[in-house]
Order: sequence, then C-alpha cells, then structure tokens
Amino acid sequence: MIQVQNEDFDIAALYQALRLEAPNAGGIASFTGLVREFYEPQDEKQGDAVRSLYLEHYPGMTEKALADIEAQARGRWDVLACRVVHRVGELGAGEQIVYVGVASTHRGDAFAAAEFIMDYLKTRAPFWKKQRCGEQSEWIESRASDEQARARWEKAP
Amino acid sequence: MLTLHYFASLRETLGVDQETVALPAAGISVAELIKHVVVLHGASREVLQDASRVLVAVDQTIVERDHVLQGGEEIAFFPPMTGG
Repeated sequence: MIQVQNEDFDIAALYQALRLEAPNAGGIASFTGLVREFYEPQDEKQGDAVRSLYLEHYPGMTEKALADIEAQARGRWDVLACRVVHRVGELGAGEQIVYVGVASTHRGDAFAAAEFIMDYLKTRAPFWKKQRCGEQSEWIESRASDEQARARWEKAP
Repeated sequence: MLTLHYFASLRETLGVDQETVALPAAGISVAELIKHVVVLHGASREVLQDASRVLVAVDQTIVERDHVLQGGEEIAFFPPMTGG
C-alpha cells in the first residue's frame, strides 16, 4: 500500500497494520528515513540557521512509480504485506520523511525487499529535494552512489 | 496537442511549469519533439537535449529519447530524482 502525504506518520500504527494484514509473518523489516541536518562547507558560516527541506513530486506519476516498485518487490520476494509512506512539502530537520515496512515469512526476504524498495524509490520515483539554509535554498543533486545502489539489484539473483 | 510539464530545478530554470505544443506530425520521437520545442520556445529549451541532466516521462512512465509519440500524451521533463 502506497501513501504520499504532507502529514507526519506513526510508525507504530504502520507496524500494527502490517501485523494485522500478515498474521502468519515471521518478521517485519521497517525502515524510516529522516531529514538529515546538512553539513556542507558553505553552511558553516551560517551558524544556527534553520535548515529544512522542500520535497516536490509529480502527482500521479509518484503513486504509479511507487506501486510499480512495490509490485516488483512482490514478484521477487515473499512479501506478505507492504507499506510505503513518503512525505512531500516543507519538512524540518530531524523530521520523518519516508517509511518502508515489509512483512514476510522469513527475515531475509523482508530485509531484501525493504532495501530494494528504498533503492528504487530514491532513483525511480519522481521526488526532488530542495534544501533551505537560512535565506538560501538549492536543489539537491542526485548522487551516483544512489544509482549504483539501485543498479546492483539488476545483477543480483 | 501535447502538454509538457517541467519539475523541480528545471521548472525554476525555465520559469514555466507547463506549456502546450501542437505535435508537428504523429509518429515523431521524443528527441524530435524536443528539437521542435527549441524552435518554438527558444534556446533555453536546449537543456532538454541533455539526457544526463533531464529525464523524460510519457504518460507518467520514464522513456528513452527514441520513444515514438502519437499525440495527446502527457509529457514531463525533470532532473534525476532525489527522493527518500
């Protein structure tokens, strides 16, 4: 199940929903992504400026891309239940930004499917981060390491 | 008519979030459409030709530049994604 929203989310409620949906699960892997504080060199002289992120997305395609990523994970591993929540809009440093939870019969599939979903989400779902530091704001550049993390799943069995 | 959508840094660079263009002919590729958009809207649109900086989605699915258009599609241009 996919949710794209501005509001914060409750990981305890998401976890309980996975337990209810998959009563025979042997394990649930949960990942929560947080808005990091950025320590770029040019920020140092700005002292304690308020840092936040603005998350833009492509309504419609976002949901479609996330549903496709979830379907790929379900086709590849034993996924009994799955929740993906991604926030958009203005988010402050330290806030929750993304949740991926996967219930499976065994932990190996739960861990792998959750990591696969995160790696694809970062490079294939249409979200873009803009970092605000005080008065300045700049779009965050995509990182080659994120694309490499995604590409390794193409080779893995 | 085709609707072109621009997102994130590309939207800010071009100063437009969407525009419509008449498809010059059915059966042209995305690359040919971009050439047409550069002629219509000027040199600022040349950045769309750089496949390493600009991705293309047709009807909300990522495609390559040789993807063939029929007309009526929703086209989006955007930088590489940075979610998660």
